[in-house]
Amino acid sequence: MFDRILPYILAGISVGGQYALIAVGYTMVYGILRLINFAHGDIFTAAGFFMVYLTASLPMAVSIPLVIVLTVALGFLLERAAYKPLRTAPRMSVMISAIGASYLLQNLMWYITGGLAKQYPVLPWLGDNVQIFSASTKVVTIVTPILTILLVIALVMLIRYTKIGMAMRAVSHDFETSQLMGIRINSVISMTFVIGSGLAAVGSMLYFTNYSTVTPTVGAMPGLKAFVAAVFGGIGSIPGAVIGAFIIGICENLIKAAGYTAFSDAFTFALLIVVLLFKPTGLFGEKTAEKV
Amino acid sequence: MKKMSKTRLIVSLLAVLLLYAGAWYAETAMGANNMLITVLKKGAVYALIAVSMNLLNGFTGLFSLGQAGFMLVGAYVYAVFTIPLKRHAAVYQYYNGGIIQFELPLLVALILGGVVAAILAALVGLPVLRLKSDYLAIATLGFAEIIRAVVQWDSLGPITNGSNLLKTYPTFSNTKILGTTVLFPFIVSGVCIGLILLLINSTYGRAFKAIRDDEVAAEAMGINLFKHKELAFVISCFFAGIGGALLAMFQGTVQANSFKSAMTYDILLMVVIGGMGSVSGSVIASFLYIACSEWWLRFLDNEQVINGFQVPLLRSGFRMVVFSVVIMIVVLFFRRGIMGDRELWDLRLPKRKKEGGALK
Repeated sequence: MFDRILPYILAGISVGGQYALIAVGYTMVYGILRLINFAHGDIFTAAGFFMVYLTASLPMAVSIPLVIVLTVALGFLLERAAYKPLRTAPRMSVMISAIGASYLLQNLMWYITGGLAKQYPVLPWLGDNVQIFSASTKVVTIVTPILTILLVIALVMLIRYTKIGMAMRAVSHDFETSQLMGIRINSVISMTFVIGSGLAAVGSMLYFTNYSTVTPTVGAMPGLKAFVAAVFGGIGSIPGAVIGAFIIGICENLIKAAGYTAFSDAFTFALLIVVLLFKPTGLFGEKTAEKV
Repeated sequence: MKKMSKTRLIVSLLAVLLLYAGAWYAETAMGANNMLITVLKKGAVYALIAVSMNLLNGFTGLFSLGQAGFMLVGAYVYAVFTIPLKRHAAVYQYYNGGIIQFELPLLVALILGGVVAAILAALVGLPVLRLKSDYLAIATLGFAEIIRAVVQWDSLGPITNGSNLLKTYPTFSNTKILGTTVLFPFIVSGVCIGLILLLINSTYGRAFKAIRDDEVAAEAMGINLFKHKELAFVISCFFAGIGGALLAMFQGTVQANSFKSAMTYDILLMVVIGGMGSVSGSVIASFLYIACSEWWLRFLDNEQVINGFQVPLLRSGFRMVVFSVVIMIVVLFFRRGIMGDRELWDLRLPKRKKEGGALK
């Protein structure tokens, strides 16, 4: 029994960590802008394509940092182009803009790649096989949760102890008052997108090491699931998003183990609806009267 | 909303009739396989779906992203009940011919598709409609994904054919009116859009708009919020179901996997381009959207050489890039869309006072 389930649990922890890295981007953006950044999943995909194209001509040691830089630049540009002009617009318009931006990114990626699935390069060491008890898996499975937790701890420290972190907390608490207090809203928001995109880039390296091909729409599903994880953990709360992502990753793989692979996506959404109905603030969310 | 004057009503009806006659003439002159006719048929189907979504998003202010799921239900109900009995063995080849051993008349199945979608919407709406704005959006999106997974479930295979295609049911070529295929979708979606217009101009419609503009004020005026939201949701999904069935007729085959959230986004973009809160805007935008994506921008996908000069950028996929850039421009800079919240037949009237908060 244990031998049969172990590979699924390992896969669950691994994919959970990858969702967590995406979910942090969602939860931070939502915490500050109250916006579901539908294009976040596409940024994640774009990071995958950057890697495919960069490694074709550059050595791995140069490609990896360059991928992160390019993804961060893309996230920054996205915010400046699609969300900044709508700062004072109703929330629904911003969300529509997010959907439009996601559509644009997907079509652009389709155009550049010709719609073909691209083979993701094998990252050194991460792609090696390793034996854990009775299950054989890749090194990335073990690295993912450790790296995720380290990055998240660093992020929490940043938010708690630095000046920009304090500004972020202030902005997410009260948009207008913090503006009056002399905080430059735009740079704080850009910083949020920069951090979110950077983590998504790391997440994409780990994710595609397991799944090996990149297509223009591949990020949509992990993106939505990461959002569910963020809601589950309590939107706006970073540790919440991480725990939510691990729970979703593991549950999803246990459902696959039980033979209901077709329902693994549906489960995530069912969980979302149950959470929204019974505990709309999620596991660790702050109390607001606004959502329901 | 101002009551339409009698002459205005007659002129509008005549214009619609003229449009139908034009469509009929175009098909008799050019044949059913002409690009224009295909665009007209698909546009008519999407017009209905876009208007049904506008009823929810533009008129009631409920930001729902579940449209594809309810279209799927309508399409499947229609297809399952109209596949001719003698074809069952071929279509349900992995499920021993399926368990539904009867077929319904076409129109009955079409309406049943809407009814089943509406019943499902009523059940889904009970919990979900308590949520607000983006939470409602993501919950309805989730429900659409759940519906898609359930329909493809192997255990339901004897009814839904699992993840395989449903085919050989009657399509638009089986519903010729006056010898043309184009009139059936035009008439069905025309009638449905007409019904939605009547609803919007009724007391219920005014209640919907009141909810959109200010929920608290609407409740204070004695409008039962939940009852009206549920009503708008059920009606919208009924018409989305019928739209889905029409789409199945248009396509000739139907498969659950094509009803992804991307389909809902397409429809949402049509509604936005047409103008949130304008029925005629949605109709115009649907035809434009379909014509651009299927026809007018096709040339962008082909490499072209003019006088030995290779035009840069033109290759497969460029059409959609241009298209989505145009959409982003509309979304960012022309947020009111083509019509804003006005209707085509109101245009000549002296400017009414602005109804605020259409995009809340």
